[in-house]
Amino acid sequence: MRKQQDTSLFDWRVTRPAFRAAFAKLDPRIMAKNPVMFVTEIVAALSTLIFLRDLVTSGQDLALTGQIAAWLWFTVYFANFAEAVAEGRGRARADSLRATQTETPAKRLASPGATSHEVVSSSGLKPGDLVLVEVNDIVPADGEIVEGIASVDESAITGESAPVIREAGGDRSAVTGGTRVVSDWIRIRITAKPGESFLDRMIAMVEGAERQKTPNEIALNILLTGMTIIFLIVVVTLRPFTAYSGTQIPVVFLVALLVTLIPTTIGGLLSAIGIAGMDRLVKANVIAKSGRAVEAAGDVDVLLLDKTGTITFGARMADAFEPLPGVSARELAEASLLASLSDETPEGRSIVDFARRQIGRVPAGTDKVAKAIAFSANTRVSGADLTDGTQLRKGASDSILSWCGMPGTPELRAIVERIAKSGGTPLLVARDKQVLGVVHLKDIVKPGIRERFAELRRMGVRTVMITGDNPLTAAAIAAEAGVDDFLAEATPERKLELIRKEQAEGKLVAMCGDGSNDAPALAQADVGVAMNTGTPAAREAGNLIDLDSDPTKLIEIVLVGKQLLISRGSLTTFSIANDVAKYFAILPALFVAAYPALDALNIMRLASPGSAILSAVIFNALIIIALIPLALRGVAYKPATAASLLRRNLLIYGLGGLIVPFIGIKAIDMIVNAAGIV
Amino acid sequence: MESNTPIIRPTLVLLVLFTLLTGVVYPLAVWGVGQTIFPREANGSLIEVNGRVVGSELVAQSFTGPEWFWPRPSAVSYDASSSGGSNLATTNPALLAAVQDRIAALRSAESATSKDRVPVDLVTASGSGLDPDITPAAAHFQATRVALARGLDVGEVRRLIQDHIQGRTFGFLGEPRVNILKLNLALRNVQSHE
Amino acid sequence: MAPDILQFIVYAAVVTGLAWPLGLYLARVYEGGATFASPVLAPVERAIHALAGSRADHGQHWTRYSLCVLAFSLGSFGFLYATLRLQHLLPLNPQGFGPLAPDLAFNTAVSFVTNTNWQAYGGETTMSYFSQMAGLAVQNFVSAGVGMAVCAAIIRGFFAREQKAIGNFWVDLTRSILYVLLPLSILMTLFLVWQGVPQNFLASVTATTVEGAQQVIAQGPAASQIAIKQLGTNGGGFWNANSSVPYENPTPLSNFAEMVAILLIPAAFCSMFGRMVRDMRQGVAIFAAMGILFLGALALTYGSEVGGNPAFARLPVEQPAGNMEGKEVRFGVGNSALWAIATTAASNGSVNSMHDSFTPLGALAPMLLMQVGEVVFGGVGSGFYGMLSFVVLTVFLAGLMVGRTPEYLGKKIEAREVKLSVIAFLVMPVGVLGLGALAAVLPIALASVQDAGPHGLSEILYAYSSATGNNGSAFAGFGANVPYHNTMQGIAMLLGRFVYIVPMLAVAGSLAAKKSAPASSGTFPTHGPLFVTLLVAVILILGGLTFFPALALGPIAEHVSMLAGQTF
Repeated sequence: MRKQQDTSLFDWRVTRPAFRAAFAKLDPRIMAKNPVMFVTEIVAALSTLIFLRDLVTSGQDLALTGQIAAWLWFTVYFANFAEAVAEGRGRARADSLRATQTETPAKRLASPGATSHEVVSSSGLKPGDLVLVEVNDIVPADGEIVEGIASVDESAITGESAPVIREAGGDRSAVTGGTRVVSDWIRIRITAKPGESFLDRMIAMVEGAERQKTPNEIALNILLTGMTIIFLIVVVTLRPFTAYSGTQIPVVFLVALLVTLIPTTIGGLLSAIGIAGMDRLVKANVIAKSGRAVEAAGDVDVLLLDKTGTITFGARMADAFEPLPGVSARELAEASLLASLSDETPEGRSIVDFARRQIGRVPAGTDKVAKAIAFSANTRVSGADLTDGTQLRKGASDSILSWCGMPGTPELRAIVERIAKSGGTPLLVARDKQVLGVVHLKDIVKPGIRERFAELRRMGVRTVMITGDNPLTAAAIAAEAGVDDFLAEATPERKLELIRKEQAEGKLVAMCGDGSNDAPALAQADVGVAMNTGTPAAREAGNLIDLDSDPTKLIEIVLVGKQLLISRGSLTTFSIANDVAKYFAILPALFVAAYPALDALNIMRLASPGSAILSAVIFNALIIIALIPLALRGVAYKPATAASLLRRNLLIYGLGGLIVPFIGIKAIDMIVNAAGIV
Repeated sequence: MESNTPIIRPTLVLLVLFTLLTGVVYPLAVWGVGQTIFPREANGSLIEVNGRVVGSELVAQSFTGPEWFWPRPSAVSYDASSSGGSNLATTNPALLAAVQDRIAALRSAESATSKDRVPVDLVTASGSGLDPDITPAAAHFQATRVALARGLDVGEVRRLIQDHIQGRTFGFLGEPRVNILKLNLALRNVQSHE
Repeated sequence: MAPDILQFIVYAAVVTGLAWPLGLYLARVYEGGATFASPVLAPVERAIHALAGSRADHGQHWTRYSLCVLAFSLGSFGFLYATLRLQHLLPLNPQGFGPLAPDLAFNTAVSFVTNTNWQAYGGETTMSYFSQMAGLAVQNFVSAGVGMAVCAAIIRGFFAREQKAIGNFWVDLTRSILYVLLPLSILMTLFLVWQGVPQNFLASVTATTVEGAQQVIAQGPAASQIAIKQLGTNGGGFWNANSSVPYENPTPLSNFAEMVAILLIPAAFCSMFGRMVRDMRQGVAIFAAMGILFLGALALTYGSEVGGNPAFARLPVEQPAGNMEGKEVRFGVGNSALWAIATTAASNGSVNSMHDSFTPLGALAPMLLMQVGEVVFGGVGSGFYGMLSFVVLTVFLAGLMVGRTPEYLGKKIEAREVKLSVIAFLVMPVGVLGLGALAAVLPIALASVQDAGPHGLSEILYAYSSATGNNGSAFAGFGANVPYHNTMQGIAMLLGRFVYIVPMLAVAGSLAAKKSAPASSGTFPTHGPLFVTLLVAVILILGGLTFFPALALGPIAEHVSMLAGQTF
């Protein structure tokens, strides 16, 4: 499912079932969960009853009453449709997941040491059961490896085709049900109850079935309910007030006014926005254990990032050759290259690459190596002996000097010190017990990461780099990567301490981790992203799980969280701002009988009271449809300061919300009158 | 911590104490000071003529004879033990009718200025019903009638009006106005001089 | 016109210039710091707390604080109700007035305890001096003191971090009266006496007028009560026609001082807030939002009044000064419009002209100011915490729009705060529209309406806006002194007072318990023009959406009909 294409917004496979699902959602018991749309449904039913009554008694304005009732039903239906489409898109994703979750046979062991097993169905496994998984077996359920090592194909979950190594003990001991062992064998202890596996949880979440309302969504719902109550009061009291003014307004017209005033736009799209937000997260291969975590991600003030793998490539790489006086750079480069040719560590390879780039071409004599000297704990140097008897060695300063059997010159010491101070690692290269110079090994910062951090800073998120390096090295890398702060010589305890300290200052902290010793910090952090490759302990402790095990994913999660809130806020503002135009459409129509002079309020010059009311109701229904793509996609979000974001969104959704309905209602009024349906 | 702060006793004690402090001590204290340093004002800015109180300079009284300047209409008939305006809405026909009646009455009384437009303050009721002032325009509007009734030179009456115009305080606060009671008392003095 | 504008400018400048330093002083008072008055007042304060057993050094949880507010208000109500019912048995009753009817006594007691000072009666024809002094004037002080205390506690809650207590009500109340209201009232009283406001205990003076008639001129201890009615945003006049009566407001200078007094303390809460939350910019932003709404309302009312009554257009009347029905010559249209806006922006409710006779749009602005909950400066204390409820809502909307859980002053605004603010927001619609709609259809209520047509509806709306908003001003043509309205208005006033106080104290209590996160560029700034604009827009749109239909049938219908030459 990785890199899977986003289904186009109105994919027919999704929309067709949604048409039907939207009907099912008209069930009042379901509607009651959404107060705004519930009120709309009740008054739609009420106006239908009135229409039927008028049909029998042949009351006046029959056609208008009927059309208003119909459009009120459309309003409810469109809102349900939005939710159904959002759920449908989630379900499509879930189906592809479910395909991997077929019943598989499991080889259950009676005891850890048992040599024989019985074959049972995966659904019969309980937590604590021991299972043997051999080559080409599917892992029957989530579990932890208790014995063995194996390479596992996790592409069903992560989409990553290269198999990963999983082994007992350590930080890579978790396996996920549905993945396949491609070499060796492992014994695992089952950790998930049937139906509560990782995959089950993921499916439930993307389908929206288990979606719990997030804290801000709850708060917003309260506000929308409050506004609905206020407008109920406004509309209900309008009848006595107009009675005082000597006119009687038909109930259907009051109902029309009510529905256009209450925030149906946001009320209708609220749950679609929430489901779509989760869906975006899943698309990024992140599983949220709760909606709360996603929202908290948008609020994060401090991001703790492991240096290795997140900020830097992890392995140190050659960055410069520093020859001693009397040695040419080329000489040093060639010696380094030959000494590293058979060194398969990332550092060794990087020296070879770097030297080749320096020299420009493959130097002659790469076949001169007679014997590769591997790194040994004893000598702590590595290198090569050449066919002509030349001995080349490289290693840490102390080790090389003791191999040479001489103290370093002041020039050498100066170079070594400078490199160490800049955060690099000095690697000495010697030929026949003579030091030639130093290779500057450096932790290379990932390209583009600096810009990411600048973006985060604009969004008000502070980045803190976590590293086991000494403070000197850490400071240098921190400066290069552009993080705001760093924690050097980090231990799990110090990490936890840092999180607690930031939280005490009222900040929200996000971090990612994979090891068992990260579990306390993951649990303590407000947003803890566990790597999918991590231990079960870490995966339990985190509230988000990244299937790609990509630590930079945190940044994307923050963006998704923010976009979710922005979409809700913007559509709420839009919805409320819309009401101004609706007043100018409907009120003159209602009041002109009592006070003809109030026609002055009909600034849109709508053709007749009937068409004015109908146009406002139609606009109110159609705007929900028009905004479904926005609700599903989310409001466009570019990292920027809060002030400029607010200005931009206010302009688009606030001012736009004021103006758009004036144009829309006028246009609908013209069409309605041209078509002669009023 | 908070559970033991009392409620009943402070309520009762503070009510009694504040009643004494703000209901008795405070008004009596400022009464004492006021009576000492501003005795005339504290007792109602009364105007006495020959030892008899003829009114307060701050309170309008009725003048109906043609020899007097007339104050603004009063919704409470200049009853200074009461106060109030007409409270008629701008769109109330009763207001329009009342204003039309007043215009008619004024026009018949003011032969000289009967063609002039009437200053609005002379035909609208004041807020308190006790407005002691009229606008300078309203005073001048009545000048000819008063002069005729008293056999005075119109110019002299107009001069008297000019003398009694109180300008805006500090040049910008409030509106220019003429105190009817003071103007009429001055008028009486002018006549008694002759 | 030019002098009017100049007066407005000077007024704005003087209010700002006096209120700002006063607010800094208030901050010291409520933070328990020493002030220049402490050497004299601190011993008095200690003695009071010793006598009252109020445990001044104990902080109170918001629930306890609310209980104290409710208990004290209930006690005040009982005390005042008894006084009014028994005034014929009590001293200082030279006019020999009888007891108030039960419904009027209920209405009046509620009115003064809730800082509304709606007066269904005429002071000079109903109230003994004892009732005025020991009953009404005392409530002028303590009801204002309660509002200020509550606001101080709420502001503390907004700033406190992870605390349970938001202050001690008894301490806050006592300090409000001793350090603020009483000293200012003494200064104000003397100023007013100098300008001609009576302060005596004469029953009345009988004058023999120049034309020889008898004129009974009411007297009394007016100055001391007028001072506090203006400073404490009470507004209950000594005389029926309130500050339009020359005795109550004799000169343009007294008028200016009384207008300044209306907004002085409410405006001071802005700078007090800035100081107490350690960020003056927050106070400036709220002050600016209030100022913009104030000037907008003033422009509408003044612009409408200065044009005069269009119905007179065909009459031979000169209206250079504008619509003068119900206005005093010494104030003119400029000062009448300014007062009308100040008194309804604040929950003062005193008047120096008759709002019932204002032009329709001239009266619309005061009505709308009351309907949005009197948050433009507002009542002493109550206006500011009312404004904070709008701030909570604005921050909530804006916070969502920048993609974070909304924060104000570093505190997260969550479901609980939104819920409590929404409860407060329901008060005005229920009180104005709900009770107003009842009054618009019940025959027993309709008998009180004076004018026909849309203005009659305006009278009803104004009355219930004033009561629910705890304002107290009236379209005085509305005959409110009947059992039905006395009772319903009383309920409206209680709603407007306590259904704001308790939820907002709960918000404060909830915020006080929270951590405060330092601001970053991800939190949007709640100072600066953008926030001010948004706050103003939220107030206008929310208030406008709620009340526009009713207003369209009242003042707006009256206006457009008037322009069409219609009378009712």
